[in-house]
Amino acid sequence: MRIAGRKITLKTVLLYVIVITVTLVMLMPFAWMLSASLKLSRDVFAFPIEWIPSEPQWQNYVDIWTKIPLALFIYNTSKLTIIVTLLQLLTSSFAAYAFAKLNFPYKNTLFLGYIATIAMPWQVYMVPQFLLMREFGLNNTHLALICLQAFTAFGVFLMRQFYMSIPTELCEAARIDGMNEYQIWARIILPLSKPALSTLTIFTFVTTWNDFLGPMIYLTKTELKTVQIGLRMFISQYSAEYGLIMAASVVALIPVLVVFLSLQRFFVEGIASTGLKG
Amino acid sequence: MSAQEETSVSISNSAIATDGVPTTPRRKVAVLSRRQRKIRNALVAYSFIAPNFLGFAVFTLGPILFAFALAFMHWDGSNAITFAGLDNFWRLFEDKAFIAAFWNTVIYTVASVPATLLCALGLAVLLNQKIAGRNFFRTAMFFPYVASLVAVAVVWNMIFNPEMGPVNMILYTLGLDPQNMPGWAADRHWAMVTVILFGIWKNMGYYMVIYLAGLQGINAELYEAADLDGANSWQKFIHVTVPQLGPTTFFVTVMLTIQSFKVFDQIFMITQGGPGTSTLVLVYHIYNEAFISWDLGYSSMVSLVLFFLVLAVTVFQFRRQREDEA
Repeated sequence: MRIAGRKITLKTVLLYVIVITVTLVMLMPFAWMLSASLKLSRDVFAFPIEWIPSEPQWQNYVDIWTKIPLALFIYNTSKLTIIVTLLQLLTSSFAAYAFAKLNFPYKNTLFLGYIATIAMPWQVYMVPQFLLMREFGLNNTHLALICLQAFTAFGVFLMRQFYMSIPTELCEAARIDGMNEYQIWARIILPLSKPALSTLTIFTFVTTWNDFLGPMIYLTKTELKTVQIGLRMFISQYSAEYGLIMAASVVALIPVLVVFLSLQRFFVEGIASTGLKG
Repeated sequence: MSAQEETSVSISNSAIATDGVPTTPRRKVAVLSRRQRKIRNALVAYSFIAPNFLGFAVFTLGPILFAFALAFMHWDGSNAITFAGLDNFWRLFEDKAFIAAFWNTVIYTVASVPATLLCALGLAVLLNQKIAGRNFFRTAMFFPYVASLVAVAVVWNMIFNPEMGPVNMILYTLGLDPQNMPGWAADRHWAMVTVILFGIWKNMGYYMVIYLAGLQGINAELYEAADLDGANSWQKFIHVTVPQLGPTTFFVTVMLTIQSFKVFDQIFMITQGGPGTSTLVLVYHIYNEAFISWDLGYSSMVSLVLFFLVLAVTVFQFRRQREDEA
């Protein structure tokens, strides 16, 4: 069989059938969420599923902002996510430069310490961490969550792996030209590390935005809460208002979707070049 | 760099060349003894590491060491700490919830690691081929991984709702007897299956991307050579792709195993460890003991068990990897 001058084999057809089926299964929950967010609660479970509601309930998207302080939650989460992501990009790429391109005493020992903590489950030390924060008087502050997430070993490891692939000759040439190390980092290394920075941005943004165990432990005051915690409250408070819950869930997904879609073209490249594949 | 700096460097260079001894204070800065230069370089390097390291030491390393100490203490977080010796350790063996959590963690790992790995590998191979809309498909597969767990867990619970959810409705229209319908998250026998399926769906895309990166690193000449030998697609997959992906598979296995030992969020959102203890896992037990019972010493002891499990798996895998290479 030929379509548009190209030979179409049975294998190609089968390939498309499999890929499209798997994609549909993967996306089905999201389609269902979107569809349910425009329905009255009593219609959500109607079967067979009406994918495009005949009377879309746009009111759901109006009501969620008044039933819970969703705007405040989004503001809190955005603030935390942006600060954590920026701090992590800055401190990680800074430290990674030393690990990749400079020599100093105890370099390998220090790096081993970083690696070892990556494998350490957070839950192993979440309790002492909580006690420490309480000791510092940081309970019920956003600062606690920032301290918790801004200085990660993972970020340093990821950036360092990428910097190892940048030729050392570039740094040496810059040194001969009289640049100091800070200038080399700022003017040569940083502009070259877009794929790695994008990868780290996606990871940090997504983790911080979606985190709920951290905020749940540290934030008990409503005015400090994040979207994920707000969403959980909302779910238990209005457990039968399926349409509203789905509308709020859709809103909580949008920022991640935007960041992910705008940076995803760097993503595979970033993972490939940072040796995250092992 | 400014012209002024450039001249000062060349002056100091020529000064060494002519008299070898720096005379003006300015030259002293430029020409340091080897020892001085070494110290200065080390200080510069430490200044790069310091911002991250200070935060890391206070908020991560410190608490880790504290966790190890707490495992041998009795403490409720407010009254005095007392030394417990091995009390917390012996308690592990009598704690039915711990034993259930331990085995559930093992079951979760044994079931979800190979399944996720195979799905991710299969998808990566499919999406590494030249097909129209490849980027769209890749992005779609990855999206569950970045989506908020709270949001998708709710949808999952609704879709798998035993009475009204579309999954059981479809099973019903396919002719399955309502009596034998799986109860999913609400059913002691199906709860773990539900959590595992959810985990595969959520994480598969991430490992697919890692496999895609691995596939792109395979030398195309190997496939050409296999073509010359008359290998079919399956033979090429088994004899070229799989061995070439060895390091990637190793990395994915370690990551997946560690991740499945740490599983918490999806269980918290879908089953809360229940029904009974059917989906109680180690991290959930740690959370309960610490933040519900405020038994911090015992909770740290369970953390220690989790830590040694992760450590054992990592060391074991690295050993095997090294043997494979040798």
